[in-house]
Amino acid sequence: MYLKFKNKKITGILSVVPENEVHFADGIKNYNFSEKQSLKLAKIMGYGSTRIVNEDTCVSDLCIFGLQHLFTEKLLNKDDIDAIVLVTQSPDYFLPATSNVIAGEIGLGEDVFCIDINQGCAGYEVGLMQAYMLLDQDSINTVVLLNADVLSKKVSLKDRNSRPLVGDGASITVVQNDQESKESDLFIKMDGSGAKSLIIPAGGFKLPSSEETRLHKDDGTGNMRSDDHLRMVGDAVFNFVQTKVPQMVYDIYENLQISDDDVDFYFFHQPNKFMLEKLADKLKVDRAKMPNNIVGKYGNGSGITVPLNICENLGKKSLNNTYKVILGGFGVGLTWSMIVCELKKLSFCSIINYK
Amino acid sequence: MKQQIIDILTEARPEFDFQAEANGFIEKGMLDSFDIIVIISEIEEKFDISIDGDQILPENLDSIDAISKLVTRFSSKN
Repeated sequence: MYLKFKNKKITGILSVVPENEVHFADGIKNYNFSEKQSLKLAKIMGYGSTRIVNEDTCVSDLCIFGLQHLFTEKLLNKDDIDAIVLVTQSPDYFLPATSNVIAGEIGLGEDVFCIDINQGCAGYEVGLMQAYMLLDQDSINTVVLLNADVLSKKVSLKDRNSRPLVGDGASITVVQNDQESKESDLFIKMDGSGAKSLIIPAGGFKLPSSEETRLHKDDGTGNMRSDDHLRMVGDAVFNFVQTKVPQMVYDIYENLQISDDDVDFYFFHQPNKFMLEKLADKLKVDRAKMPNNIVGKYGNGSGITVPLNICENLGKKSLNNTYKVILGGFGVGLTWSMIVCELKKLSFCSIINYK
Repeated sequence: MKQQIIDILTEARPEFDFQAEANGFIEKGMLDSFDIIVIISEIEEKFDISIDGDQILPENLDSIDAISKLVTRFSSKN
Protein backbone atom coordinates (compact mmCIF):
# COMPACT_ATOMS: atom_id res chain seq x y z
CA MET A 1 0.00 0.00 0.00
CA TYR A 2 1.27 3.46 -0.90
CA LEU A 3 -0.19 6.53 0.81
CA LYS A 4 0.70 10.15 0.21
CA PHE A 5 0.28 12.86 2.84
CA LYS A 6 0.62 16.60 2.36
CA ASN A 7 1.69 19.38 4.72
CA LYS A 8 2.59 17.22 7.71
CA LYS A 9 5.55 17.99 9.92
CA ILE A 10 7.37 16.16 12.68
CA THR A 11 7.84 19.08 15.07
CA GLY A 12 9.95 17.38 17.71
CA ILE A 13 11.03 14.04 19.16
CA LEU A 14 11.85 13.15 22.75
CA SER A 15 13.04 9.69 23.72
CA VAL A 16 12.78 8.38 27.27
CA VAL A 17 15.01 5.49 28.35
CA PRO A 18 15.13 3.81 31.76
CA GLU A 19 18.15 4.75 33.83
CA ASN A 20 18.82 1.08 34.66
CA GLU A 21 21.56 -0.24 32.36
CA VAL A 22 22.04 -3.99 31.89
CA HIS A 23 25.26 -5.27 30.33
CA PHE A 24 25.42 -8.31 28.08
CA ALA A 25 28.52 -9.67 29.81
CA ASP A 26 26.64 -9.85 33.12
CA GLY A 27 23.98 -12.14 31.63
CA ILE A 28 26.26 -14.69 29.94
CA LYS A 29 26.08 -17.04 32.91
CA ASN A 30 22.31 -17.37 32.36
CA TYR A 31 22.71 -18.95 28.93
CA ASN A 32 23.36 -22.61 28.07
CA PHE A 33 26.23 -21.65 25.80
CA SER A 34 29.95 -21.27 26.33
CA GLU A 35 31.26 -17.81 27.18
CA LYS A 36 33.41 -17.86 24.05
CA GLN A 37 30.38 -18.57 21.82
CA SER A 38 28.30 -15.92 23.50
CA LEU A 39 31.03 -13.28 23.21
CA LYS A 40 31.52 -14.08 19.54
CA LEU A 41 27.81 -13.67 18.91
CA ALA A 42 27.81 -10.43 20.90
CA LYS A 43 30.52 -8.96 18.67
CA ILE A 44 28.69 -9.86 15.47
CA MET A 45 25.24 -8.79 16.65
CA GLY A 46 26.42 -5.67 18.43
CA TYR A 47 25.21 -6.70 21.88
CA GLY A 48 26.43 -4.25 24.49
CA SER A 49 24.08 -2.83 27.06
CA THR A 50 20.35 -2.32 27.18
CA ARG A 51 18.01 -0.17 29.25
CA ILE A 52 15.50 -2.12 31.30
CA VAL A 53 12.68 -0.84 33.50
CA ASN A 54 12.23 -2.04 37.05
CA GLU A 55 9.34 -4.32 37.94
CA ASP A 56 6.92 -1.51 38.79
CA THR A 57 7.41 0.70 35.75
CA CYS A 58 4.79 0.57 33.01
CA VAL A 59 4.34 2.16 29.60
CA SER A 60 2.17 4.93 31.05
CA ASP A 61 4.92 5.88 33.54
CA LEU A 62 7.50 6.36 30.79
CA CYS A 63 5.10 8.36 28.62
CA ILE A 64 3.84 10.60 31.43
CA PHE A 65 7.43 11.27 32.55
CA GLY A 66 8.33 12.40 29.04
CA LEU A 67 5.21 14.49 28.56
CA GLN A 68 5.73 16.26 31.88
CA HIS A 69 9.29 17.04 30.79
CA LEU A 70 7.98 18.63 27.59
CA PHE A 71 5.40 20.68 29.51
CA THR A 72 7.94 21.83 32.10
CA GLU A 73 10.50 22.78 29.46
CA LYS A 74 7.74 24.57 27.51
CA LEU A 75 8.43 22.43 24.44
CA LEU A 76 4.79 21.37 24.23
CA ASN A 77 1.67 23.17 25.38
CA LYS A 78 -0.81 20.76 26.95
CA ASP A 79 -3.76 22.75 25.63
CA ASP A 80 -2.55 22.36 22.05
CA ILE A 81 -2.91 18.57 22.06
CA ASP A 82 -5.81 17.36 19.93
CA ALA A 83 -5.07 13.63 19.92
CA ILE A 84 -2.87 11.00 21.53
CA VAL A 85 -1.84 7.95 19.52
CA LEU A 86 -0.08 5.31 21.60
CA VAL A 87 1.64 2.40 19.85
CA THR A 88 2.52 -0.40 22.23
CA GLN A 89 2.42 -4.17 22.67
CA SER A 90 2.85 -4.00 26.43
CA PRO A 91 -0.11 -1.89 27.60
CA ASP A 92 -0.78 -1.27 31.28
CA TYR A 93 -4.07 -3.20 31.05
CA PHE A 94 -6.12 -5.27 28.60
CA LEU A 95 -8.61 -2.48 29.13
CA PRO A 96 -8.91 0.49 29.32
CA ALA A 97 -6.63 1.79 26.60
CA THR A 98 -3.37 3.09 28.08
CA SER A 99 -3.66 6.29 26.03
CA ASN A 100 -6.86 7.07 27.99
CA VAL A 101 -5.03 6.41 31.25
CA ILE A 102 -2.24 8.78 30.18
CA ALA A 103 -4.72 11.48 29.11
CA GLY A 104 -6.45 11.22 32.47
CA GLU A 105 -3.21 11.40 34.44
CA ILE A 106 -1.94 14.50 32.65
CA GLY A 107 -5.34 16.17 32.70
CA LEU A 108 -6.32 16.41 29.05
CA GLY A 109 -9.80 17.59 28.11
CA GLU A 110 -12.74 15.61 26.77
CA ASP A 111 -12.16 16.73 23.19
CA VAL A 112 -8.78 15.02 23.02
CA PHE A 113 -9.02 11.81 21.02
CA CYS A 114 -7.07 8.83 22.41
CA ILE A 115 -6.26 5.56 20.69
CA ASP A 116 -3.97 2.57 21.32
CA ILE A 117 -2.49 0.68 18.40
CA ASN A 118 -1.08 -2.82 18.74
CA GLN A 119 2.06 -2.68 16.63
CA GLY A 120 5.72 -3.42 17.26
CA CYS A 121 8.83 -2.88 15.22
CA ALA A 122 6.96 -1.04 12.45
CA GLY A 123 5.02 0.92 15.06
CA TYR A 124 6.64 4.27 14.39
CA GLU A 125 5.52 4.38 10.78
CA VAL A 126 2.08 2.97 11.61
CA GLY A 127 1.71 5.57 14.36
CA LEU A 128 2.77 8.38 12.05
CA MET A 129 0.27 7.14 9.47
CA GLN A 130 -2.52 7.38 12.07
CA ALA A 131 -1.31 10.81 13.15
CA TYR A 132 -1.22 12.06 9.55
CA MET A 133 -4.76 10.78 8.92
CA LEU A 134 -6.04 12.58 12.00
CA LEU A 135 -4.29 15.76 10.92
CA ASP A 136 -6.26 15.70 7.67
CA GLN A 137 -9.25 16.80 9.77
CA ASP A 138 -9.74 20.56 10.10
CA SER A 139 -10.29 20.34 13.86
CA ILE A 140 -6.98 18.61 14.51
CA ASN A 141 -3.65 20.40 14.37
CA THR A 142 -1.44 18.69 16.95
CA VAL A 143 -1.12 14.95 17.44
CA VAL A 144 1.14 13.45 20.07
CA LEU A 145 2.47 10.08 18.94
CA LEU A 146 3.68 7.88 21.78
CA ASN A 147 5.70 4.76 21.09
CA ALA A 148 6.45 2.80 24.22
CA ASP A 149 7.17 -0.76 25.30
CA VAL A 150 8.41 -2.65 28.34
CA LEU A 151 8.81 -6.01 26.66
CA SER A 152 11.79 -7.02 28.79
CA LYS A 153 9.14 -8.29 31.20
CA LYS A 154 8.14 -10.84 28.56
CA VAL A 155 11.56 -12.15 27.60
CA SER A 156 13.17 -15.12 29.34
CA LEU A 157 16.41 -14.39 31.19
CA LYS A 158 17.71 -17.66 29.76
CA ASP A 159 16.93 -16.89 26.11
CA ARG A 160 20.16 -15.86 24.44
CA ASN A 161 18.31 -15.16 21.19
CA SER A 162 16.11 -12.41 22.62
CA ARG A 163 17.27 -11.32 26.06
CA PRO A 164 20.53 -9.56 25.13
CA LEU A 165 18.82 -7.29 22.66
CA VAL A 166 15.53 -6.38 24.26
CA GLY A 167 15.26 -2.85 25.59
CA ASP A 168 12.51 -0.75 27.15
CA GLY A 169 11.63 2.87 26.62
CA ALA A 170 9.31 5.43 25.13
CA SER A 171 9.39 8.15 22.54
CA ILE A 172 7.16 11.15 22.08
CA THR A 173 6.77 12.65 18.64
CA VAL A 174 4.78 15.80 18.10
CA VAL A 175 3.23 15.88 14.65
CA GLN A 176 1.51 18.97 13.24
CA ASN A 177 0.12 20.48 10.09
CA ASP A 178 2.55 22.75 8.28
CA GLN A 179 1.74 24.37 4.96
CA GLU A 180 5.42 24.63 4.05
CA SER A 181 6.20 20.96 4.53
CA LYS A 182 6.74 18.74 1.53
CA GLU A 183 4.91 15.48 0.93
CA SER A 184 5.41 12.46 3.14
CA ASP A 185 5.16 9.16 1.32
CA LEU A 186 4.24 6.03 3.22
CA PHE A 187 4.74 2.48 1.99
CA ILE A 188 3.34 -0.33 4.09
CA LYS A 189 2.83 -4.07 3.67
CA MET A 190 1.63 -6.84 5.94
CA ASP A 191 1.75 -10.63 5.77
CA GLY A 192 -0.49 -12.26 8.34
CA SER A 193 0.60 -15.74 7.26
CA GLY A 194 3.80 -15.03 9.20
CA ALA A 195 1.99 -13.69 12.27
CA LYS A 196 3.25 -16.45 14.53
CA SER A 197 6.91 -15.92 13.65
CA LEU A 198 7.05 -13.35 16.45
CA ILE A 199 4.63 -14.16 19.22
CA ILE A 200 3.94 -14.33 22.92
CA PRO A 201 1.82 -17.51 22.79
CA ALA A 202 0.17 -17.35 26.21
CA GLY A 203 -1.41 -14.66 28.33
CA GLY A 204 -4.21 -13.56 26.04
CA PHE A 205 -7.68 -15.04 25.64
CA LYS A 206 -6.57 -17.76 23.19
CA LEU A 207 -4.23 -19.35 25.72
CA PRO A 208 -4.56 -17.80 29.17
CA SER A 209 -1.48 -17.81 31.37
CA SER A 210 -1.40 -20.83 33.67
CA GLU A 211 1.02 -22.89 35.69
CA GLU A 212 1.66 -24.95 32.57
CA THR A 213 2.33 -22.00 30.26
CA ARG A 214 4.77 -20.59 32.82
CA LEU A 215 6.97 -23.71 32.72
CA HIS A 216 10.40 -23.10 31.19
CA LYS A 217 11.30 -25.48 28.36
CA ASP A 218 14.41 -25.97 26.24
CA ASP A 219 13.68 -24.91 22.65
CA GLY A 220 16.00 -27.64 21.38
CA THR A 221 19.00 -25.39 20.88
CA GLY A 222 19.75 -24.46 24.46
CA ASN A 223 17.43 -21.51 25.03
CA MET A 224 15.01 -21.77 27.92
CA ARG A 225 11.66 -19.99 27.77
CA SER A 226 7.99 -20.49 28.63
CA ASP A 227 4.84 -19.91 26.58
CA ASP A 228 4.39 -16.65 28.50
CA HIS A 229 7.60 -15.37 26.92
CA LEU A 230 8.36 -13.74 23.59
CA ARG A 231 9.26 -16.31 20.95
CA MET A 232 10.91 -15.52 17.65
CA VAL A 233 11.45 -17.86 14.72
CA GLY A 234 14.80 -16.27 14.02
CA ASP A 235 15.62 -17.65 10.59
CA ALA A 236 12.14 -16.88 9.22
CA VAL A 237 12.25 -13.31 10.52
CA PHE A 238 15.79 -12.77 9.28
CA ASN A 239 14.92 -13.97 5.80
CA PHE A 240 11.73 -11.89 5.76
CA VAL A 241 13.74 -8.76 6.52
CA GLN A 242 16.47 -9.50 4.00
CA THR A 243 14.02 -10.10 1.15
CA LYS A 244 11.11 -7.72 1.82
CA VAL A 245 12.93 -4.66 3.10
CA PRO A 246 15.32 -4.16 0.16
CA GLN A 247 12.44 -4.65 -2.27
CA MET A 248 10.47 -1.90 -0.52
CA VAL A 249 13.43 0.46 -0.86
CA TYR A 250 13.68 -0.35 -4.58
CA ASP A 251 9.91 0.32 -4.89
CA ILE A 252 10.41 3.70 -3.21
CA TYR A 253 13.24 4.64 -5.56
CA GLU A 254 11.06 3.75 -8.54
CA ASN A 255 7.79 5.28 -7.34
CA LEU A 256 9.29 8.56 -6.20
CA GLN A 257 11.97 8.70 -8.89
CA ILE A 258 14.73 9.11 -6.35
CA SER A 259 17.99 7.31 -5.66
CA ASP A 260 20.30 6.75 -2.73
CA ASP A 261 21.97 10.10 -3.57
CA ASP A 262 18.75 11.90 -2.58
CA VAL A 263 18.59 10.28 0.87
CA ASP A 264 20.59 11.65 3.80
CA PHE A 265 19.76 8.87 6.25
CA TYR A 266 17.95 5.57 6.45
CA PHE A 267 16.67 5.52 10.03
CA PHE A 268 15.64 1.91 10.26
CA HIS A 269 14.46 -0.29 13.08
CA GLN A 270 17.43 -1.97 14.77
CA PRO A 271 16.96 -5.64 15.66
CA ASN A 272 20.73 -6.19 15.59
CA LYS A 273 23.88 -4.82 13.99
CA PHE A 274 24.42 -7.81 11.67
CA MET A 275 21.00 -7.46 10.09
CA LEU A 276 21.47 -3.73 9.45
CA GLU A 277 24.91 -4.23 7.93
CA LYS A 278 23.55 -6.91 5.61
CA LEU A 279 20.70 -4.60 4.57
CA ALA A 280 23.04 -1.69 3.87
CA ASP A 281 25.38 -3.92 1.86
CA LYS A 282 22.53 -5.42 -0.13
CA LEU A 283 21.23 -1.95 -1.00
CA LYS A 284 24.76 -0.70 -1.66
CA VAL A 285 24.14 2.07 0.85
CA ASP A 286 27.01 3.50 2.89
CA ARG A 287 26.70 1.87 6.33
CA ALA A 288 27.09 5.32 7.92
CA LYS A 289 23.80 6.38 6.31
CA MET A 290 21.98 3.50 7.98
CA PRO A 291 23.00 3.81 11.66
CA ASN A 292 23.14 0.60 13.70
CA ASN A 293 24.35 1.99 17.01
CA ILE A 294 21.11 1.95 19.03
CA VAL A 295 20.70 -1.75 19.71
CA GLY A 296 24.09 -2.10 21.39
CA LYS A 297 23.55 0.92 23.61
CA TYR A 298 19.86 0.88 24.51
CA GLY A 299 18.61 -2.47 23.18
CA ASN A 300 15.87 -3.22 20.69
CA GLY A 301 12.91 -1.30 22.01
CA SER A 302 10.51 -2.36 19.28
CA GLY A 303 8.73 0.71 17.83
CA ILE A 304 11.00 3.04 19.78
CA THR A 305 14.16 2.29 17.85
CA VAL A 306 13.44 4.59 14.90
CA PRO A 307 12.76 7.79 16.92
CA LEU A 308 15.57 6.87 19.34
CA ASN A 309 17.82 6.36 16.32
CA ILE A 310 16.98 9.91 15.16
CA CYS A 311 17.55 11.42 18.62
CA GLU A 312 20.87 9.59 19.08
CA ASN A 313 22.30 10.26 15.64
CA LEU A 314 20.92 13.69 14.78
CA GLY A 315 20.18 15.21 18.18
CA LYS A 316 20.88 18.94 18.24
CA LYS A 317 21.98 18.93 14.59
CA SER A 318 18.33 18.44 13.68
CA LEU A 319 17.39 21.78 15.25
CA ASN A 320 19.13 23.79 12.54
CA ASN A 321 19.15 21.49 9.54
CA THR A 322 16.83 19.69 7.17
CA TYR A 323 17.35 16.04 6.28
CA LYS A 324 15.70 13.85 3.68
CA VAL A 325 15.18 10.51 5.37
CA ILE A 326 13.62 7.12 4.96
CA LEU A 327 12.16 5.83 8.22
CA GLY A 328 11.75 2.06 8.18
CA GLY A 329 10.27 -0.54 10.47
CA PHE A 330 9.86 -4.30 10.09
CA GLY A 331 8.83 -7.12 12.34
CA VAL A 332 5.85 -8.47 14.21
CA GLY A 333 2.73 -8.96 12.13
CA LEU A 334 4.55 -9.49 9.89
CA THR A 335 4.63 -5.81 8.98
CA TRP A 336 7.11 -3.72 7.06
CA SER A 337 6.73 -0.04 6.35
CA MET A 338 8.68 3.02 5.34
CA ILE A 339 8.07 6.75 5.29
CA VAL A 340 9.98 9.07 3.02
CA CYS A 341 9.93 12.57 4.46
CA GLU A 342 11.92 15.60 5.48
CA LEU A 343 13.02 16.18 9.04
CA LYS A 344 12.96 19.96 8.96
CA LYS A 345 14.50 22.00 11.76
CA LEU A 346 12.96 20.17 14.70
CA SER A 347 12.00 22.12 17.83
CA PHE A 348 13.48 19.42 20.06
CA CYS A 349 15.28 16.13 19.55
CA SER A 350 16.85 14.58 22.62
CA ILE A 351 17.04 11.63 25.00
CA ILE A 352 16.29 11.76 28.71
CA ASN A 353 16.65 9.17 31.45
CA TYR A 354 13.60 7.89 33.30
CA LYS A 355 14.31 7.92 37.02
CA MET B 1 37.26 -26.02 1.78
CA LYS B 2 35.05 -28.71 3.32
CA GLN B 3 37.41 -29.28 6.22
CA GLN B 4 37.52 -25.54 6.94
CA ILE B 5 33.72 -25.46 6.96
CA ILE B 6 33.58 -28.46 9.30
CA ASP B 7 36.04 -26.71 11.63
CA ILE B 8 33.84 -23.60 11.73
CA LEU B 9 30.70 -25.63 12.42
CA THR B 10 32.41 -27.68 15.12
CA GLU B 11 33.71 -24.59 16.85
CA ALA B 12 30.19 -23.16 16.93
CA ARG B 13 28.60 -26.40 18.13
CA PRO B 14 31.27 -28.74 19.53
CA GLU B 15 28.66 -31.14 20.89
CA PHE B 16 27.67 -32.30 17.37
CA ASP B 17 29.55 -34.42 14.80
CA PHE B 18 28.95 -32.54 11.57
CA GLN B 19 30.97 -35.03 9.52
CA ALA B 20 28.70 -37.89 10.54
CA GLU B 21 25.52 -36.11 9.45
CA ALA B 22 24.86 -35.80 5.72
CA ASN B 23 22.28 -33.03 6.06
CA GLY B 24 19.44 -31.69 8.19
CA PHE B 25 21.60 -29.47 10.42
CA ILE B 26 18.72 -27.06 11.00
CA GLU B 27 15.90 -29.59 11.21
CA LYS B 28 17.82 -31.71 13.70
CA GLY B 29 18.42 -28.70 15.92
CA MET B 30 22.19 -28.76 15.44
CA LEU B 31 22.16 -25.10 14.42
CA ASP B 32 19.78 -22.34 15.40
CA SER B 33 19.40 -18.98 13.71
CA PHE B 34 22.01 -17.35 15.91
CA ASP B 35 24.54 -20.11 15.24
CA ILE B 36 23.94 -19.45 11.57
CA ILE B 37 24.85 -15.81 12.00
CA VAL B 38 28.09 -16.72 13.75
CA ILE B 39 28.90 -19.30 11.07
CA ILE B 40 28.18 -16.89 8.21
CA SER B 41 30.38 -14.29 9.82
CA GLU B 42 33.22 -16.81 10.27
CA ILE B 43 32.87 -18.06 6.71
CA GLU B 44 32.96 -14.52 5.34
CA GLU B 45 36.14 -13.83 7.25
CA LYS B 46 37.83 -17.13 6.44
CA PHE B 47 37.07 -17.05 2.69
CA ASP B 48 37.12 -13.26 2.33
CA ILE B 49 33.65 -13.09 0.83
CA SER B 50 30.41 -11.24 1.54
CA ILE B 51 27.24 -13.30 1.43
CA ASP B 52 23.98 -11.53 0.55
CA GLY B 53 21.54 -11.42 3.47
CA ASP B 54 18.74 -12.91 1.39
CA GLN B 55 20.86 -16.00 0.74
CA ILE B 56 21.22 -16.78 4.44
CA LEU B 57 18.57 -19.45 4.17
CA PRO B 58 18.21 -22.78 6.02
CA GLU B 59 18.54 -24.70 2.75
CA ASN B 60 21.91 -23.06 2.06
CA LEU B 61 23.27 -24.05 5.47
CA ASP B 62 21.72 -27.43 6.03
CA SER B 63 24.67 -29.60 4.99
CA ILE B 64 28.39 -29.38 4.29
CA ASP B 65 27.66 -29.63 0.56
CA ALA B 66 25.11 -26.80 0.67
CA ILE B 67 27.51 -24.54 2.57
CA SER B 68 30.34 -25.38 0.15
CA LYS B 69 28.13 -24.41 -2.79
CA LEU B 70 27.23 -21.14 -1.09
CA VAL B 71 30.89 -20.31 -0.52
CA THR B 72 31.78 -21.19 -4.11
CA ARG B 73 28.94 -19.07 -5.47
CA PHE B 74 29.97 -15.98 -3.55
CA SER B 75 33.70 -16.57 -4.10
CA SER B 76 33.16 -16.20 -7.82
CA LYS B 77 30.75 -13.28 -7.31
CA ASN B 78 33.07 -11.30 -5.04
